[in-house]
Amino acid sequence: MMMTLKRIFSAGATSFTRSGLVSFATVLIMTVTLIIIGSLVLLSAVLSDTLSSIQKKVDVNIYFLTTAEESQVLAVKTRLEQRPEVDEVTYTSRDQSLLDFRNDNKDDVLTLQALDQLGDNPLGAALAVRAKDPTQYAALVQFLADDAAANSIIDRINYGRNKVVIERLSNAIDATQTAGFAIVLLFVISSVIIALATVRLAIYSARDEIAVMRLVGASNMYIRGPFIVAGIIAGLISGLIALAFFFPVSWYVGQASVGWLDGFNLFTYYVVNFPFLFFVIVGSGLGLGAVASFLGVRRYLQV
Amino acid sequence: MIYFDKVTKLYRDGTPALEDITLSIAPKEFVSIVGHSGAGKTTLLKMLLAEDAPTEGTVYFESTDVHSLPKSLLHHYRRKIGMVFQDFRLIPNKTAYENIAFAMEAAGRHDDEIASDVPHILDLVDLGSKGGHFPHQLSGGEQQRVAIGRAIVNQPDVIVADEPTGNLDPVNTYEIVEILKKVNELGTTVLITTHNKGVVDAMGKRVITMERGRITRDDAHGQYIL
Repeated sequence: MMMTLKRIFSAGATSFTRSGLVSFATVLIMTVTLIIIGSLVLLSAVLSDTLSSIQKKVDVNIYFLTTAEESQVLAVKTRLEQRPEVDEVTYTSRDQSLLDFRNDNKDDVLTLQALDQLGDNPLGAALAVRAKDPTQYAALVQFLADDAAANSIIDRINYGRNKVVIERLSNAIDATQTAGFAIVLLFVISSVIIALATVRLAIYSARDEIAVMRLVGASNMYIRGPFIVAGIIAGLISGLIALAFFFPVSWYVGQASVGWLDGFNLFTYYVVNFPFLFFVIVGSGLGLGAVASFLGVRRYLQV
Repeated sequence: MIYFDKVTKLYRDGTPALEDITLSIAPKEFVSIVGHSGAGKTTLLKMLLAEDAPTEGTVYFESTDVHSLPKSLLHHYRRKIGMVFQDFRLIPNKTAYENIAFAMEAAGRHDDEIASDVPHILDLVDLGSKGGHFPHQLSGGEQQRVAIGRAIVNQPDVIVADEPTGNLDPVNTYEIVEILKKVNELGTTVLITTHNKGVVDAMGKRVITMERGRITRDDAHGQYIL
């Protein structure tokens, strides 16, 4: 068995190196396929980060009555934080609200004068609530409406004003994710079919050779093995080339992406997730080469 | 040793490629099958190699119905037969040495056996100095000698040669015929198809004449109609 395996590996490697042009063409097509697969992984990371940063910018503010006690507001905060759909709740005290208001209107003398004339702080405390998913804000607002203790001290919630924007954003995120997934799938399927066809074409050119191997009494495993080894070698080389290709590309794109992707650096993603990218790209190459060769030889082993 | 029992092979449109063929070949025999193109010679060999199945009848090799063998055992059966083709069918990206060694590797022979036997076989077919040449670097006659070397290296029971001199000039044809005669003298059954009268005459052995899928003459003394 060991002798057979050694011969299969040796014959596969020799066949790969001697079939120069065919091997080159196979590696080229598989490299393009793996670059497409890798690009889609990176694009998906960019898309996911962008959507996540947009989601983080959406929140709902709850403004409390000036008569509400701080302990009451903090109790509402605690109850909200216990909800599974809540990501984060930020408390702003009455004093902080006033400070923020003054700061925001420091150039508006009339407003500040009116505030001074009031004497007392007219602003209530506030809670800024961020949900894990923008579609969950409606449920949170309903939760507050059903909570009698909270409802009695709430002045207003800005959800009504933001509702349309939040819903549109939720729909846009859903649509982007669905469309993105469909496009990714389409590209991956197309490029895999092209790679499979290329490997099968390479094996088609060796069909007479396969027939001879059969007639001299070689077992199917002994015939198929070297082709699979050659396919794996092509996949490995293609995977490494594709992985190396993304090093300078992600570095170059990463410089620019920090500016227009809200701090997301593609190169940092490449470096941090290198093991994952290696697994996906090189693993796809190895799998593609082996499966394509296995299927390619199979039809010539029928007799 | 080989027995065709009422073998008929019909094409898909119903045209007969072989019709009611019954023949037997004894061990160590040298049999030439002659006939024009389309007479059914190659189909007959394909039946023997289990490359194609008969529509009716049975092909026996050493009392085994070759078409009842499971696919997983076919390669073991084929190792008992050394095959030589008109177009040589060498593996193009292997050298002459590697082409012969491949048949031994496929049969599971050990590296030291291969290292000792292949040079001997190359000498036997007079290609001792060309073991490192690829098929495209060899002449037609040399390629056919490599093919014969590959066919005999595992010491098969039978050598089947399908038009082995069809692509060769008279000098190379003579050399190939001499090698096949020598192989037969060493005890191997040889079955060849040909439409080269010179080859058949040079043998002076049993000749089976085929026409339109039927055996029209089977003469032990080399007489035939062509």
